[in-house]
Amino acid sequence: MATLFHGVGAALTPFSASNKLLLPSPKSESRGAIFLHRSDARVNHAFNLKPATPNQDLFIPNAVATKRETSTKSGHELLLFEALREGLEEEMERDPRVCVMGEDVGHYGGSYKVTKGLAEKYGDLRVLDTPIAENSFTGMGIGAAMTGLRPIVEGMNMGFLLLAFNQISNNCGMLHYTSGGQFTIPIVIRGPGGVGRQLGAEHSQRLESYFQSIPGIQMVACSTPYNAKGLMKAAIRSENPVILFEHVLLYNLKERIPDEEYVLSLEEAEMVRPGEHVTILTYSRMRYHVMQAAKTLVNKGYDPEVIDIRSLKPFDLYTIGCSVKKTHRVLIVEECMRTGGIGASLTAAITENFHDYLDAPIVCLSSQDVPTPYAGTLEEWTVVQPAQIVTAVEQLCQ
Amino acid sequence: MSLSATKFVHPITTPPTSRSSDKPLFSTFFGSNHTKLRFNKPIVAAQRRSSSAASTSFSPVVAVSSDVVKEKKLKSASNLLITKEEGLVLYEDMILGRFFEDMCAQMYYRGKMFGFVHLYNGQEAVSTGFIKLLKKEDYVVSTYRDHVHALSKGVPAREVMSELFGKATGCCRGQGGSMHMFSKEYNLLGGFAFIGEGIPVATGAAFSSKYRREVLKEPGADEVTLAFFGDGTCNNGQFYECLNMAALWKLPIVFVVENNLWAIGMSHLRATSDPQIWKKGPAFGMPGVHVDGMDVLKVREVAKEAIERARRGEGPTLVECETYRFRGHSLADPDELRDPAEKAHYAGRDPITAFKKYLFDNKLASEQELKAIDKKIDELLDDAVEFADESPLPPRSQLLENVFADPKGFGIGADGKYRCEDPKFTQGTAHV
Repeated sequence: MATLFHGVGAALTPFSASNKLLLPSPKSESRGAIFLHRSDARVNHAFNLKPATPNQDLFIPNAVATKRETSTKSGHELLLFEALREGLEEEMERDPRVCVMGEDVGHYGGSYKVTKGLAEKYGDLRVLDTPIAENSFTGMGIGAAMTGLRPIVEGMNMGFLLLAFNQISNNCGMLHYTSGGQFTIPIVIRGPGGVGRQLGAEHSQRLESYFQSIPGIQMVACSTPYNAKGLMKAAIRSENPVILFEHVLLYNLKERIPDEEYVLSLEEAEMVRPGEHVTILTYSRMRYHVMQAAKTLVNKGYDPEVIDIRSLKPFDLYTIGCSVKKTHRVLIVEECMRTGGIGASLTAAITENFHDYLDAPIVCLSSQDVPTPYAGTLEEWTVVQPAQIVTAVEQLCQ
Repeated sequence: MSLSATKFVHPITTPPTSRSSDKPLFSTFFGSNHTKLRFNKPIVAAQRRSSSAASTSFSPVVAVSSDVVKEKKLKSASNLLITKEEGLVLYEDMILGRFFEDMCAQMYYRGKMFGFVHLYNGQEAVSTGFIKLLKKEDYVVSTYRDHVHALSKGVPAREVMSELFGKATGCCRGQGGSMHMFSKEYNLLGGFAFIGEGIPVATGAAFSSKYRREVLKEPGADEVTLAFFGDGTCNNGQFYECLNMAALWKLPIVFVVENNLWAIGMSHLRATSDPQIWKKGPAFGMPGVHVDGMDVLKVREVAKEAIERARRGEGPTLVECETYRFRGHSLADPDELRDPAEKAHYAGRDPITAFKKYLFDNKLASEQELKAIDKKIDELLDDAVEFADESPLPPRSQLLENVFADPKGFGIGADGKYRCEDPKFTQGTAHV
């Protein structure tokens, strides 16, 4: 199971009208320490690796000229998996056609506790424990979606959904089109993926690159409790089939989120940290590696603009474009493989659309094209680390 | 419930005493180098039927041995299984299926349709026998051999023909084609190109039905789903996974195997360790039934029971229909592998010829009435072809529609607006 990892970055999207509340929070320290950043500015850290630098406080993301809400103490704090559950529960409450199906989602409460307590509340049919038959229960979810329900299919691990590829590609993605628009498939397929803590190659897969070519689906990746809840709700309410990518290591992130209901846009990216020198595009767990690298970069005098793209398919070309037009340099940091990953597609999309605005070739940092090894050291080297990000930015900004 | 499973079909092979001697042996299996295998045959229980049927060379109309069906039969006072009206409906449906497929072949060779076209000639008894018992709200899920399932379910011949021609007036606006017939109005959930792919979808529709009944508490939510698929699919994992789930949750679904003994060029015996598919039902806790799929009334009897079981909430049934396709797998299949003797044998058991004889022998219809129906269907199909011919091809603007139910799914363009708001999008010339 995931352990407590980094603290949280703020979620500011000046372009998005749907974000109601600004959530400032201080930056996290180095990895390896168990940190808890509270929104009331208390920081409990067990271990401080780096010496304190004088400018440590200056890159608090709310340096952007936006009003600080007076009600920063409102809202409630929770962990990311609780945020997902809250979003799910609110939608199940709102619409009786919303149901969940997956392995161990019912009595067990979900492998990552996202559906804990829901089976007791809504019954075994609404929170359905399925046998281990991914292809068939995903297909069953699709059939249920075609006939009026709004199912959420949970893959215990995203990698298991490889077994459901037939149904996801052929039926989920294409059926609305091949039926001439007669049947909608308002299904949400979600689950944790990504490289965890020595989970081995098969449990550490990044399926977003495999699914991205399927026409007719939308893919989003959540990275904070705030956007996890918002994207979960948006995905459930959407008439399109949506695949929601969560990350094994992010489930225990803590953040204060608003009490009032909010739904985020599935197609928009999130501005994490505005800047001037370089645009760093990232998503999911790599956001935290980027923010950590950003801290070092700011100390060195750089001003990176960090955007969490959130929408993996389709890309939010507007937010990305505005940023490119401002900074003229792009660095993509992702956890996907080098070959055929989201970064590769994003590089192509940016080159196609914003070539004239680039002062330097786009740099894409991805995981190595290697099955994720078990050994901790090897695993660390397959994934992009903050030091590499710092080096890349320095080279890009020469 | 598992007890009743064992009461269903017993693999008894009784020599058909009522057959005339010049007919080829009923029970031998052709078309394979293996020793001839006997499939379990429906029991010829002459004592349960009117003897008037026994005197003809057409085998008496009986249902598969099953205590449940047996009980129902004894209640009816009449010897006959259908009324005249029902008989004419069944006949018309089978003729529609047969003539439509023949017309498809003609149109294909004239270059009006392309790609893979899989025809249903010879199997009409299964489609008619099952689907004519359904309500409009019941669901049907099929495979690529789906034209006749669509027609039986009620999709107008015009729409199916247009879809085959790839015209905008087709049931799927020309976007599906022969292998993807869908109809929301008639609850036809497809039309799937990969075998086995539709079975989970059917399971989902049945789940939906159960959910509406038990969670949403909708009164009268008792829709039954029929999943049609072939013998080749019965070696596929999706089949078994869905048998398990359907039996586990007692979903209102009937799994109908159209065992036509061939998967393109692969004989069922060469591909399957235990070729008796009906046996796989009890392994999962549901009744498995074998029925003569060339006889529409036998199929109808079994179907009635299976569908009513599902409607009552007693769970799924696996029905294996022994049937045969007269043509090749598709119009591109030269069909050289099948033994001509086998083909001749089954041609002699043409479901339409057999049913016609039944109608005449039991004085349910006259020659003229049936000829009138033939003529009516001919005209209907001529009209369908004309309609399809004259229909417009899909315009370019249709290219990007229907990819997403909510076209915001194409995302936000570089100019800040949603791509679907771009005028080029609605013209179909935008690049997405």
